[in-house]
This record gives sequence, structure tokens and C-alpha cells, in this order.
Amino acid sequence: MNSPKSNQTPLTDLPKASLIVRFAAIGVVLAGIAGLFAYAGGWLTPHALTPASMIDTFEKVGGLHPGFRRNHAKGVCISGYFDSNGRGVPLSKAAIFPSRRIPVIGRFALAGGQPFAADAPHTVRSMAILFKLPDGEEWRTGMNNIPVFAVRTAQGFHDQLLASAPDPATGKPDPAKMKVFLASYPETAKAMQLIGNHPVSSGFDNSTYNSLDAFRFINAAGAVTPVRWSMIPVQPFEPISATDPGKAEKNYLFDALIAAIHSRPLQWHLVVTVGQPVDPTNDATIPWPPDRQQIDVGTLTIDHVESEDTSPARDINFDPLVLPDGIAASDDPLLSARSAAYSQSFTRREGEHKEPSAVSTAETEK
Amino acid sequence: MSTPKPRTQFALQSRILHWLMAAMVLAMLFIGVTMVASLGDYHLLVAIHRPLGIMILILAAIRFINRMCTKLPPFPATMSRQERFLASSAERLLYALMFALPLVGWGMLSAGHYPIVMFGPVHLPPILPANPMLYAVLRQSHTILAILLFATFLAHLGAVLFHTLIVRDRFLDRMALWPTRSRKPRVKLD
Repeated sequence: MNSPKSNQTPLTDLPKASLIVRFAAIGVVLAGIAGLFAYAGGWLTPHALTPASMIDTFEKVGGLHPGFRRNHAKGVCISGYFDSNGRGVPLSKAAIFPSRRIPVIGRFALAGGQPFAADAPHTVRSMAILFKLPDGEEWRTGMNNIPVFAVRTAQGFHDQLLASAPDPATGKPDPAKMKVFLASYPETAKAMQLIGNHPVSSGFDNSTYNSLDAFRFINAAGAVTPVRWSMIPVQPFEPISATDPGKAEKNYLFDALIAAIHSRPLQWHLVVTVGQPVDPTNDATIPWPPDRQQIDVGTLTIDHVESEDTSPARDINFDPLVLPDGIAASDDPLLSARSAAYSQSFTRREGEHKEPSAVSTAETEK
Repeated sequence: MSTPKPRTQFALQSRILHWLMAAMVLAMLFIGVTMVASLGDYHLLVAIHRPLGIMILILAAIRFINRMCTKLPPFPATMSRQERFLASSAERLLYALMFALPLVGWGMLSAGHYPIVMFGPVHLPPILPANPMLYAVLRQSHTILAILLFATFLAHLGAVLFHTLIVRDRFLDRMALWPTRSRKPRVKLD
């Protein structure tokens, strides 16, 4: 580096040793900051569980299906409205709770990473709903038809995915792997029992969908209440049929849902369960006692069904932490992990070529 | 030398803006790179990342106007023409990135059909239509631009350290928040 003058002055008059020390100091500072940056970004800990490695595991277990959600891959989109009855107002200042009608868009899906898997009665069913609040806020929630979640942490979820993955030799999960997994996650062993004993209904339309994770409602006075919520069907419960029609008709659960919506709007009550201070909010595997206060805060009506091929809901990330003011995350570690992993799945699929959904427009218009 | 005293430091508001934004932008880069690799802290970090990004966008606009309206101290004589060109280019790039990153982030959330939540019920309107491929491109651009910003920051820091520790031309004094004593430059001019 020369001085702009023609009579060049030396760069520095520092002695050589001092110069080396100073250059080294600059190098250490720059490399240190770059190293911290790399560490923060996880590049120095490639085996840590991250949103990317979580989604990689889904792709490993379920196969790579470009354009589709990495979990709850097979689904159909819905829309309708939610009528608030005002009874949620004492618990939460969220704009959804005063008596009013709010448009919703959503999606029913089956858990798992395979968008063309045959419907099966015991596959976990999900309902995802986006409430479009009048002031531009949104509430997105993803709920399942199981009473508790099978795992407490993201690591547990990841390990369960691997333990229940089909063995390439037999095509079935390896029971030995599952045994090892359950031994290290006793909370999952207990939760699996509750899930196994829970009666499963005949279809999407008469299932109860539960938030599983706990959240916090904050009212206008600033009082915080721990809550969980459920969508409880108006359609009467019917048990699953003795035979599994999924073998003959791959989309029988979705087809029944479509036929039901075409015949009449389907309805659910949004029921909020009010937690007590002793109820765990950081463990979705533990049910809250059945005597907890339950408040019916409004009715969801689903009157339209549409294939993912045409519905905007295909390109909505039903991130459970898109919340309006008045609803907040609890200390449940699954919530942030779900938010992070959904975002990763969303980012991957949005940039991929879209294949037609298993539940096609021909089917939704039948 | 007692010629009419040229400005030796940037204007006070320029220096305040520089250091305030340096802290915010560096924090932002670390928050961003941490959150995308984090399951447990993702939500908290994203909740900071969004409003902090918009604050940087607002400050970048204020700073740009200030930059247009204030006189700069001259480059020290120890900088060659190429070095001055490099420094000016890096400054332009830093300004461009301070605007581009928040705008791409905002546009990316719009294209991804997300509400752009700031705090409480306060949120921003979308600036682009919801579109999957647009989201994917902007999301990728956000990362690439962030790495470019980090690299430019490192180059800037390296150049300042080089001048301060090796050339010892009191280069850092130009941006110091504290008052600097005027001292004869080490390099004799003329």
C-alpha cells in the first residue's frame, strides 16, 4: 500500500517483531469473530440437532417428496368461518374472542412424510386452522386427534422418528430399536399407552383435535392463564370400522371428509381448557386432570373443501407460534422446535417443483 | 500547521449512528445465523430479529439522509487511491446491504404468506404478493446477502485495524465517539 505521493514513505516504522505481533493480533480478532459466527450458525457442530437435521431425518425416513410438507404430507385444504361467542374475552384480549365472525382457512392431514400413503385408521389426523383476524393479525394452530403428544422434546421426536422408521429388510419398524428408544424416553412409553387407549373415531369429521402443547392467554388486565385447547366435533362420534378400507381405497378418509362437507357444513366447538398452577405447561406428554374448567369460546364451521393443487393453504406454514396479541407460547420446548422445523420444511418445499396432491381437484369436486 | 482546520472527525450524529448501527447490525447477523440453526431458541430470536431488522431499516434511511447532508473528513494521506476507492466501494455496499437485508426479509415474509409481526398487536403490511417461488428466492437471497454483509464488515474491520495498529495514522479517531487530541501525523507530508 503506497502513499499517493510519488516520494514513497514506508508503510510503517515499527520494528519487525512488533509488526508480526500486530498482524497476528489483527488475524486473531478477525478469525475469532468469523469463528464465533460459524459456531453460532452451527457449522462447527455438524452433529447437533438443528431444524435442518430434523427435516433431513424426515426426508430419510419418509423419502424425499419434493414440493410437499415434510410431515403431515398428505392433506386437503378447507375454509369456512369461526363464530366467537365472547366467552374467551375474560381469558384473552386476542381479537378473535369478542363476539364476531372470523374467516378461516385450513387443512386436514395425516401425520407422516409420505404424501401418497394409503389412509389408515390409526395414522394421526391433524387439523390446521388459520384465523384471519379483522385487524390483519393471524392465529395459526395445528392440532392432532391424539390426547397427548408422544414426546416431550425435539430430541425425543427425532429419536422416535428413527426408532419407528421401517427396516429396509422387513419393511416394518424394528421392535428392538423401539424398545431401546422407549427405555430412554419413559414419558413416551406412558404417553403411547394413553394414545393407544384413546378411542379413535371413524373419520376426520368426527375427530376431536387437540392443541397438545400448552399456551398462555393474556387478558386485557395482563392476567396470564395457562391453557390448552381442543376442537370438539358437533358430528357424533362413531368408532372406526373393523376392517381397514385403506387397503382398497387409498384416500377413503379424505373422500369421506369431502363427501361430508359437500352434504353439509361441518362444525367444531373451540373449547379452552384452563390450567391450574400445578399443571405442567412444559410437557405435552402429560394430560391435565379431567376436572379442569373447560370454556366453549366459539364454533368453527367448515363449508368448503379444496385440493392442495389450487388452495392457497398449500403455501401457508401452519406455524403454531403465529399468534395474535393475547395468546403467547408457554415454556413447552416443543413449540419453538415446531416453529423452527416447520419453517425449514416450508422453505424447502416452497422452492421445489409442485407435484399434484394425492387428494386431487377431481376428488374434491366429486 | 495552522491552516484553516479541516474536519478531522465525522459529524457527531454520524458517529453516533455509526456505532449504534454497528452494534445492531452485528447483533442482527449473529441472531440470524443462530436462530436458523436453533430449535430451542428459534422463537425468541425470530421475535427479536423482525423488529430489530425494521429498526435498522429506519435508521439506515436516517443515516443515508445524514450522509448526503454532512461533510466528511478527508481520507488520511496514508491511503492510496486504490485504497480510497476500495473504502468508498465498501461503504456503498454496506449502505446497500443495510437497506436490502431488511427489505428482502420483509418481502420474503410477505411472499411466504406470513403476518409481519413487530410487537404486541403491531404488524406491518405485506409489500409483495404471496408466491412460493418468490418466497424461496428471497429466503435464499436473505442468507447470501447476510453472509456478504458479514464479509464486508470483516473487511472493513480488518482495514481499520490495519490502519490503527500497523500504519498508526489514527484512522479510528475519525469515527471515535470520544474527543480526540489532535496529534501530528506520523507520516510527514511533503
